[in-house]
Amino acid sequence: MRISIYRYNPETDQAPYMQDYRLDEVSSETMVLELLTRIKAEQDESLSFRRSCGEGVCGSDGMNINGKNRLACITPVGELGESIEIRPLPGMPVIRDLIVDLSQFYHQYRSVKPYLITHDAEPEIERLQSPQERDRLDGLYECILCACCSTSCPSFWWNPDKFRGPAALLQAARFLEDSRDQGTAERLNELDGPYRLYRCHTIMNCTDVCPKHLNPSEAIGKIKKKMLKHII
Amino acid sequence: MKQIPRRRFDALVIGAGGGGMRAALQLAQAEASVAVVSKVFPTRSHTVAAQGGINAALANVLPDNWHWHMYDTIKGSDYLADQDAVEYMCRAAAHLVYELEHAGVPFSRLDNGKIYQRPFGGQSQSFGGPQAARTCAAADRTGHAILHTLYQQNIRARTHFFDEFFAIDLIKDDEGHILGAVVLEIETGEPLIIEAKTTLLATGGAGRIFRTNTNARINTGDGMGMALRAGIPLQDMEFFQFHPTGIAGKGMLITEGARGEGGYLLNRDGERFMERYAPNAKDLASRDVVSRAIYLEVKEGRGCGPKGDHVLLKLDHLGADVVKKRLPGIRDMALTFLGIDPAEQPIPIYPTAHYTMGGIPTNRFGQVVLPDGDEHEQPIPGLYAVGECACVSVHGANRLGGNSLLDIVVFGRAAGNHIIKYLKRNRYHRRLNPNSVEQALARLARWDRSGGGERVDALRAELQQEMETHCGVFRSAEILDEGVRRIEAIKARLNDVELTDHSKVFNTARIEALELENLVEIALATVYSARARTESRGAHSRVDYTERDDKNWLKHSLYFQQDNRLHYKPVRMQPLSVDSFPPKERVY
Repeated sequence: MRISIYRYNPETDQAPYMQDYRLDEVSSETMVLELLTRIKAEQDESLSFRRSCGEGVCGSDGMNINGKNRLACITPVGELGESIEIRPLPGMPVIRDLIVDLSQFYHQYRSVKPYLITHDAEPEIERLQSPQERDRLDGLYECILCACCSTSCPSFWWNPDKFRGPAALLQAARFLEDSRDQGTAERLNELDGPYRLYRCHTIMNCTDVCPKHLNPSEAIGKIKKKMLKHII
Repeated sequence: MKQIPRRRFDALVIGAGGGGMRAALQLAQAEASVAVVSKVFPTRSHTVAAQGGINAALANVLPDNWHWHMYDTIKGSDYLADQDAVEYMCRAAAHLVYELEHAGVPFSRLDNGKIYQRPFGGQSQSFGGPQAARTCAAADRTGHAILHTLYQQNIRARTHFFDEFFAIDLIKDDEGHILGAVVLEIETGEPLIIEAKTTLLATGGAGRIFRTNTNARINTGDGMGMALRAGIPLQDMEFFQFHPTGIAGKGMLITEGARGEGGYLLNRDGERFMERYAPNAKDLASRDVVSRAIYLEVKEGRGCGPKGDHVLLKLDHLGADVVKKRLPGIRDMALTFLGIDPAEQPIPIYPTAHYTMGGIPTNRFGQVVLPDGDEHEQPIPGLYAVGECACVSVHGANRLGGNSLLDIVVFGRAAGNHIIKYLKRNRYHRRLNPNSVEQALARLARWDRSGGGERVDALRAELQQEMETHCGVFRSAEILDEGVRRIEAIKARLNDVELTDHSKVFNTARIEALELENLVEIALATVYSARARTESRGAHSRVDYTERDDKNWLKHSLYFQQDNRLHYKPVRMQPLSVDSFPPKERVY
């Protein structure tokens, strides 16, 4: 099997290039992360990528595989056809090989105040929340910050400094939907304006690529509805 | 000494899992300046993978109280846990869980709006009576929910994060004070000195010493390695937990919550074999008991599959709704890695290396302690440890499911509080010790050597295989002697390992080499401690010493790296306010 991988080491390379590797005896259930690990172990120690849990919960190994952003550890080779091409997540500065600088992505995440805002005194026990209220968080709280969505979004590519991007907006929705949160007005005020929220043009790449099967696009739609009510 | 950039903080926290971030939050809220160093972005830490939940006697589902929880934890530990620390943890549990809820953790809910709780292994009402339901859960993603919430709270508290910095070694002065650490900025490959009045190690476990394990690739025991090199012993390293339900052949964790929700194990005859091993608790016996049962079923020819090498975890009778609602994460995992929907088909499972019960010895304030004579201990000034890298000891010889998330938040918070007090009494940074910095830099420089020596990856694979073969679920003198010999041989070969990649920018090969050094030291600590303990207790099962021996072995092991020496210290049998639970026969 032939695997073509994006390479760039700022210490030695003038420009990035694609490098081909060959691997034998690859079964269709093999995950892409295992291919990368094998290449690093057997052929080329200098190949660099992030990885940790290996089971799709830590979000370290988001990368662009055959044109689509995915997590390497839960992408089986069998889904990819004969040849495999692996590139870093698009639109972000490349640090080295498949490792990108996610500073802007994390900045946007921090900007939406991704924590519960409450004004009331805290009860001695848990705050009550009905199962139905809790259900509204399903599909929102599971985000692993892998950046697959935001780095597949053309609006985020053009305005990564101004548009919050799907991952950060999903977080905003996670707190706006939480029956315990009392920061609705301040959250919506923060998102108002031409860029932060409204640069989303419902292209839906985010939903298409999310490896956790979340739907940022739908979540953003809900924020827009809330915003409308908030303004009028 | 080469000019190396220096940063100064009141407190340094190494590790950004739940333990480190809970401590950092406590410190930041008290307006101490706190730096958190993590080799990965904080939400990639392995707490994120904890599934089933966090124990606290909230009594939301069934009657419960902290004293029953304390009893279960001590019994689960096979009486090796320190009873003062266990009482402290179990008493604090409810408050800590409410605090997490107030911070925003999206716990699953009961119809009355309270936090959902599920039964877990080793839980009982009334000191060994009927099954309890003590594990507070956010579906089967409780670790994810807690870790993200703690990170978010730290963002709010403006904690200073050093993301993707690797800690090389502690800095220590001649009087034995810890002054901070030398760390490596992974992106630039440049070292940095972080000076701090206190340093907290919260670097997690070392499951990567075994071949098949549930752990993330980052779980290489870096804090334990640093402690050993600083002359600090590791406690109770022979006690390593094998989780009963890893995906067979692959190792990914299937939460105990799957059995808590009503799932059970079957052998090739379709027999619910846990009824034979644990007539009362059955599939919800302690993890050590269930793991041994599975191992024996397979060994005695009752395993499933063409090779008879696993058993089955049956969940389909729970119905698709329960599986999707309560266990969505493991359903995804089974679909991804096996192409199996557990709502329809059973999951092939086998015990897999999971949790390091042992670690850096601490007291219940998180202070790292050294033995002072046979009965007493002295804290190391300025050094703390919490979570899986520490041994406080609340887990003793076998940890109960749901107690690790509790451990990290309870002792993360306790250590934070103690550090705040320490900072009030110790207002100024001590003078940096250049010799100690030089030693840390030498450790780094060693990897600049080039040549055609052995490869990091090959030696690590060998280490993991040897540990699995020679320090697994069942052990004997013969196997452990051979294990010690082989791990020592691997340690000797570590000197010949060389890198081909000497670049500076994001050199992950170098990080893996530094991690391998830690793994080898921890593997050695584990086999030496296991060889010395001639009894069976909790997770440490000796086929040549099948009984627990309280007369000779109701004591903690301390392994020192310098001469592979073992020292022992008594178990703290005296709780804080209630009567001691004396050792008795442990049946489920």
